[in-house]
Amino acid sequence: MSVDAKPMPATRELVHATPVESPLTLMWYKFRAHRLAVWSIWVIAALYLTAIFANWIAPFDPETRTGLPFSPPSWPTVMVDGAFVWPPVAFGVSQQLDRKTFKRVYAIDTTQRYPVQLFITGDRHSWFGLFPSDMHVIGVDKGGAFFLMGTDSLGRDVFSRMVYGSRISLSIGLVGVAISLVLGVILGGISGYFGGWVDLAVQRLIEIIQCFPSIPLWMALAAALPHDWTTIQVYFGITVILSLVGWTDLARVVRGRFLSLREEDFVMAARLAGASEARIIRKHLLPSFMSHIIASVTLSIPSMILAETALSFLGIGLTPPALSWGVLLQDAQNVNTLATAPWLLLPGALVIVTVLAFNFLGDGLRDAADPFSRESFK
Amino acid sequence: MTPGPIISIRGLEVGALSRHGMLRPLRGIDLDLPHAATTGLVGESGCGKSMTARALLNITPSPMRITAGSITLDDGKTPPVDLAALDPDGAPMRAIRGRRLAMIFQEPMTAFSPVHTIGNQIAEMLLIHEKLDKRAARERSIEMLDLVGMPNARQRFDAHPFNLSGGMRQRAMIAMALACKPEVLVADEPTTALDVTIQAQILELLQRLQQELGMTVLLITHDLGVVARTTSRVAVMYLGQVVEETTTESLFDNPKHPYTQGLLGSVPRLGSRRGRRERLPAMRGSVPPALAELPGCAFHPRCPKAVAGLCDVVKPRMAEVAPGHRARCLLYPEVLAASAALEAA
Amino acid sequence: MWGFILRRLVWMVPTLIVISIISFIIIQLPPGDYLSSYIARLEALGTTVDQATIDALRLRYGLDDPIWVQYFKWLGNIIFNGNFGYSFEWRLPVSQLIVERLPTTFLVATCSLLFAWSVALPIGIFSAVKQYSWGDYVFTVLGFLGLGIPNFMLALTFLYVSNRYFGLSIGGLFSPNYINAPWSLDKFIDLLSHLWIPVVIVGTAGTAGLIRITRANVLDELRKPYVETARAKGLHPMLLILKYPVRIALNPFVSSMGFILPGMISGEVIVSIVLNLPTTGPLLYAALLSQDTYLAGAFVLMLAVLTVIGVLISDILLAWLDPRIRLS
Repeated sequence: MSVDAKPMPATRELVHATPVESPLTLMWYKFRAHRLAVWSIWVIAALYLTAIFANWIAPFDPETRTGLPFSPPSWPTVMVDGAFVWPPVAFGVSQQLDRKTFKRVYAIDTTQRYPVQLFITGDRHSWFGLFPSDMHVIGVDKGGAFFLMGTDSLGRDVFSRMVYGSRISLSIGLVGVAISLVLGVILGGISGYFGGWVDLAVQRLIEIIQCFPSIPLWMALAAALPHDWTTIQVYFGITVILSLVGWTDLARVVRGRFLSLREEDFVMAARLAGASEARIIRKHLLPSFMSHIIASVTLSIPSMILAETALSFLGIGLTPPALSWGVLLQDAQNVNTLATAPWLLLPGALVIVTVLAFNFLGDGLRDAADPFSRESFK
Repeated sequence: MTPGPIISIRGLEVGALSRHGMLRPLRGIDLDLPHAATTGLVGESGCGKSMTARALLNITPSPMRITAGSITLDDGKTPPVDLAALDPDGAPMRAIRGRRLAMIFQEPMTAFSPVHTIGNQIAEMLLIHEKLDKRAARERSIEMLDLVGMPNARQRFDAHPFNLSGGMRQRAMIAMALACKPEVLVADEPTTALDVTIQAQILELLQRLQQELGMTVLLITHDLGVVARTTSRVAVMYLGQVVEETTTESLFDNPKHPYTQGLLGSVPRLGSRRGRRERLPAMRGSVPPALAELPGCAFHPRCPKAVAGLCDVVKPRMAEVAPGHRARCLLYPEVLAASAALEAA
Repeated sequence: MWGFILRRLVWMVPTLIVISIISFIIIQLPPGDYLSSYIARLEALGTTVDQATIDALRLRYGLDDPIWVQYFKWLGNIIFNGNFGYSFEWRLPVSQLIVERLPTTFLVATCSLLFAWSVALPIGIFSAVKQYSWGDYVFTVLGFLGLGIPNFMLALTFLYVSNRYFGLSIGGLFSPNYINAPWSLDKFIDLLSHLWIPVVIVGTAGTAGLIRITRANVLDELRKPYVETARAKGLHPMLLILKYPVRIALNPFVSSMGFILPGMISGEVIVSIVLNLPTTGPLLYAALLSQDTYLAGAFVLMLAVLTVIGVLISDILLAWLDPRIRLS
């Protein structure tokens, strides 16, 4: 501090002590302003927790046949005959065949009451082969119609199947993006680093791959997977196939950031100030690089999930007994089935929620990745 | 000759509500533009020079808008108009904009649409205001290009901005602004983006055209050399207010406001007697953000002559501190009297 | 301009070569060659095939040649004879099936693209000009929904709703009585009454993306200095927006065709499987399930070639719109 004019310390501070926030804090402010993105974090966290602890959360084993095919969604209630009951109860059901239409009709029997119980004993299950247990977080005793999303043609609980299906549907996006990211960073990095004809070749390759309509290409590749592969093998096969197209976007982002950052004035300034290459990469390149990569990665997860769903829906991705939301939607392919049991479309709703949540999150992250952008002016 | 100023700005304020509070880039501008003369407007970046130019044409960038004050356009022949009171997008304002008041922008590259030809953008002026047909507008535009010294004007009419050099583009910009022979020309840092040699040419051109056409020019710049060379009057701005206004000569010979004194002091001069080892005096600090609300004089935190208990308390008013020389500094009794009178009232 | 088009055409050649290689890989990918699977299928049906016939067929199709020889034969046949191979499933030349199905795919994809463009452009401009307005929020939400809903879900929902609430069975491109009828005005109207459903479904996903692109670009352009210049001229605000920012934001809009079109064709394929349209989708699907590899490969090849041509058209359109590209 200089020793010249000393009057009025209070107001001097006003000018000189303008607060300077760190980029990370600024990013957080920016992200927090995107309210949908913040909500999306909670939605996504809930989805993934459900997937991880699926075996405890699902009231039924996904393959258990309740003997009540195409039962509509039936929720426990707290009002029975005008009276309040606690805990909520599920009812027993009986099925009859409508003589005229030959359709199955379910009648609720309000005399049979099954109170909803927490930590109830039910189907045996284990956590990926570990921790065998027969405890379920929520459920009713055998016989009660506790089908939050109805049942399918074999009388299996759709909700439980959705909960289990989330394991594949949600993880395939992460694994696929991880593979894409590795490919994208390597090829995009090579492209941006070497430049010249290498860059040209990689860019052309990306252009060509992006020219391909992805669904037909994926369909063709997925259909060529050997039929005798196990579920795990098919799972990874599909992931690799999806990544074969998915890497191109990420490679573009990586290369683009690489090139633009190299030219940035602040990098030149750091270099002139005598910062070492390692310091420039660590302090200047990585932070502004990572934030963009994270945003792009988040935005490419939903397209992976959508692609798996589409392929499995067509029956050329994963097939039963593997469970994913796409596999579940296979049952909804037929118009007549759909007319009887529209709730079979519900796994699709879950796909939509997931995709939207990732899109909002990615959007928020992208805004935050550029904390100095003009958008903040409202 | 009309005696009064063609433009007189009184108490002009521009602001916008942001989520951090009220932004006030202009905080009560008082400024007169005498007829057929060039007035300079100087100040550091962020002091509101460009905003003043935009407010003059009523094209403040959204969400900024004129919140108080008046801008009277009076040519002495037609009834005076208060531009600040007009709807920025309304027909009366649009009829004045471009026709009676025109503007030259700083960046001739980005100030032209990249996908339309230069000619198209110049002729547009004539199509809007003079209702010429396309051919006549084309001929007039080519005349204008000739006037501003564009070589091969006829061919250049169909050129795109990216085909022209910076100086050429600025000439085209001037041709466009002058297409309708406006009474007032606002030039917002017209030479900042140009090479030094081109700068001189463009300034010369502007001066020549100003005299030939008898235009009133408001020249906005942060370059005091440009001011000294081309203007007859100068206003100095600080934080959204005019702090000193007088003739160019008087300002350079006898600057009254400590801010102006600082500005002039920080200009390097050839052949100055200052010792070699001595540093060029620079002004302390920088312009506070448009959000800041300082008590007292806006300049007092940076002012070397500030007096505690006065400058950080009393808001100074503009007052004549010498004949034809107005300033906004409490060190002058005239200002103190005017300000205290206001305070009392 | 002509030089530009020529350069673009030359650029297309390596692209087409890579596309043909990928398609050929797809044909070769399934385990075993198609002849053995064909013979296996014949034998499953009770027909025995003697070794001499098999050998003759192997020779005829050059299955014992090195792989690259097979590739060049396959490619040569396509280029010089228009011969894409033979569909064992349909017992027809592949080319005949392609000629039947590809135009309808192209029709649906093109209409979807036009639909997406005509919806997205005005909405995108509106959202940008009235940023943060009520309408902007509504369109943003709708846009996100369009982005999040897989188009086969939308198709299924359409199927369900029309079946459940209107008692209609949608699907196909023609009513049964028009399928084999010669072209007439009535048949055309019938086509339109069917066509809008897949067009809306396929177009929706693209629309969402296009709205976001347009909005972002117009917003960007609105901040550019030349808009201020135009304002300073006294131009009417509406004319100003249309002449300058929108005109310039059209460029990325047009160039977005490069990635919208593959998406449209992808979407068309999957939606037509759900709605059972007489387009490429169901046939490609069937071909993949039955390992009718030549048919599948040819479809993938032709869909990609269609896309490349579409992108070429958008590039030319872009050059025509943007003098910076045309004249550089």
